[in-house]
Amino acid sequence: MVNMLEIRKLTIRERSTGKVIIPDSSFDVKKGSCLAIVGESGSGKSLTCRAIMRLNKPGIEQAGDIWLGGENLAKLPEQEMRRRRGRRLCMIMQHGMRAFDPSRAVGVHLIETLAEHFDWSKSEMTGRMKRALESVRLNAPMDVMNAYPHQLSGGMLQRVMIALTLVLEPDVVIADEPTTALDTVSQYEVVEQFIRLRERLGSTMIFISHDLGVVRKIADEVLVMKDGRIVEHGTTGAVFTKAQHDYTRSLVTAKLSLHQHFRQVMGE
Amino acid sequence: MGLYMVKRILQSIPLLLAVSFFTFAFIQLSPMDPAEVVLHAQGVPKITDELIAETKTALGMDQPFLVRYSNWLASCLQFDFGSSYITGKPVWSQLGPALFNTIKLTVVSVAAIIAVSIGFGVYCAWRAGKMIDRSLRGLFFFLTSMPSYWLGTLMIWYFSVKLDLLPTSGMDSYRSYILPVALITVSYAGIYFRIIRSSVLSNMNEDYAMYGRACGLPEKKVRARIVRNSLQVAVSVFCMAVPIILGSTVVVENIFAWPGLGTLSVNAILGRDFPVIQAYVLVLAAAFVLFNTASDILNAALNPKLRNDRS
Repeated sequence: MVNMLEIRKLTIRERSTGKVIIPDSSFDVKKGSCLAIVGESGSGKSLTCRAIMRLNKPGIEQAGDIWLGGENLAKLPEQEMRRRRGRRLCMIMQHGMRAFDPSRAVGVHLIETLAEHFDWSKSEMTGRMKRALESVRLNAPMDVMNAYPHQLSGGMLQRVMIALTLVLEPDVVIADEPTTALDTVSQYEVVEQFIRLRERLGSTMIFISHDLGVVRKIADEVLVMKDGRIVEHGTTGAVFTKAQHDYTRSLVTAKLSLHQHFRQVMGE
Repeated sequence: MGLYMVKRILQSIPLLLAVSFFTFAFIQLSPMDPAEVVLHAQGVPKITDELIAETKTALGMDQPFLVRYSNWLASCLQFDFGSSYITGKPVWSQLGPALFNTIKLTVVSVAAIIAVSIGFGVYCAWRAGKMIDRSLRGLFFFLTSMPSYWLGTLMIWYFSVKLDLLPTSGMDSYRSYILPVALITVSYAGIYFRIIRSSVLSNMNEDYAMYGRACGLPEKKVRARIVRNSLQVAVSVFCMAVPIILGSTVVVENIFAWPGLGTLSVNAILGRDFPVIQAYVLVLAAAFVLFNTASDILNAALNPKLRNDRS
C-alpha cells in the first residue's frame, strides 16, 4: 500500500535551552489507514502531530522531513503551508469547548474556514455544512451554527469539528486525543463518527489517544511513544498480542487487568 | 440583555445611596465646627457663642442628623449641593465648570492611555521575549515609577521653558492639553499596557488560536480573534480607569494650574469648605459606581457567556 505520510528524522527541540524533546523520529502512515499514537502524557505524541501541521509554539523548533503525497511540507514557505492546513491536513482538537472562538457563534468559524478554501457562495457553504452536521447526528444544524461554544457540549463540538472535516475532505486527519475530555456516552458517539468519517472520506488518519480500548476499535496500526522515542510500531493486532517492548506490554497488561477487574465488579 | 441592563442599573441605586450616606456622615465627624468656618470666612472679627448658635440655626445644623442628611440628599438630587462657606456662591456653580474641565482632561487622557496601552501591549505580546519587547517594558516601568510631580516639572522645564514649544499652564487651546495629557498617559499607560500584553499572551496560547491556524485561516484573522478576546479584559480595566484618573488629576491639575476638580478640591480642603468637599467626594464616588456599572454592561455585551448567564 502507498504511503500518504512519511516522517523522516523528525527532531524537535526547545529553542531557548536546545533540549531535544523528540530525537530523530521516523514513521510512515499508509494511504487510507489509521495510525494510533499511544503513550503516557509528555511522551511527545501531540508535539509530533503539531510538528506535522507545523503548528508548534515559537519556542519549539523542528527539523527533518514531512512528506505528504510526494510533497515535503517541511520545506514549504509558511504561506503555502497555510493553504495545506484545513484543505489537505485537518486537525481535530482535544477540547471542543476551547477550540472555537468564545466570542463568536460556531458557524462563523465554519463559514470562514470554508470561504478560505473554496469559492462557494455563502448559501452553498451553509447548505453543505448543514448536511454535514446532520450526518454527525446534530439534528438542529442551524441552531448549532448559531450557538456560541459555551452553549454546546464538548461532545457536540467534537462532532462539529468532524462535520467540518467531512466538508473539507482532507487527505490526512489528525485527531489529538479527541475522546479524552468526554463522558462515556459522548465518547462512544464520537468514536462512531470517526469510524464513519473514515468510511466516507477514505482519508488517512492519525489518532492520538491513551485509551487502548478506543485505539483497538479504530486503528489499523499502533505506534507507541515513550520519552519522545518510538518504542514500538506495528499492526494493532500484533501490538496488542505480541508486543516486543516491555513498555508496550505493561500498557496492554494494565489495560487488560483493568478490564478484568471491571468484569469481576460487574459479576460477569 | 435589556433585562440585565435594567437590573444592573437598579442595583447601583442602593450603592449610590450608601455612598451618599457615608460621604455625609464622614464630613460630620470632622472636629472643625462648620459654623466657625463660615464666620471666619465672612471675616467676623469676634466670634461669640451666640453668633455660632445663630449661624448653626441659619445653616440648619441644629436639626437631627437624619433630617439634615435627607434634606441634603433631596437637594443633591436636583444638583443643589448647598452654598460654599467661603465664597457664599452655590457649590454647583463652582463644581460644574471644574468638573467639566476635569472631564475634558480625563477623556483625552483616557483616550491616549487606551491608544498607547493597546498599541504597545499588542505589539509587545507578538514580540514577547525579543529585545524590543524587553526594552519597551523597561521604559514603561521606568516612566511609571517616576513621581508625576517631578516628571511634570521636568516636562514644563524642557518643553515650555527651554524649547518654548508649549504653554506652562492654563487651559487656553488644544496645546494646553499636550503636557498634562502626556504626563497622565506616561504615569498610567505602563500599568494598562502590561495588562493588555499579558491578556494577549494568554489568548495566543488558547486552543481556538491553534484550531483557527489548523483550519488554514490567515494569520491576520487568527490575530484579530486573539485581540478581540484579549480586549474583553481591557474593557473593564479601562472603564475603571476613568474614575481613577478623574480622582487622581489633583497632582497634574496643580502642576499645570488646570482649572478643574483637583485644584478646586485642594482649595476646599485647605479652607475647610465642607459643602464643596462633600460634593466633590459624592461626585467622584458616583463616578466610580456609574463606571463600574457601565463596565459590567459593556462586558456582558461583548462576552456572550456573561450575557446568557446573567440575562
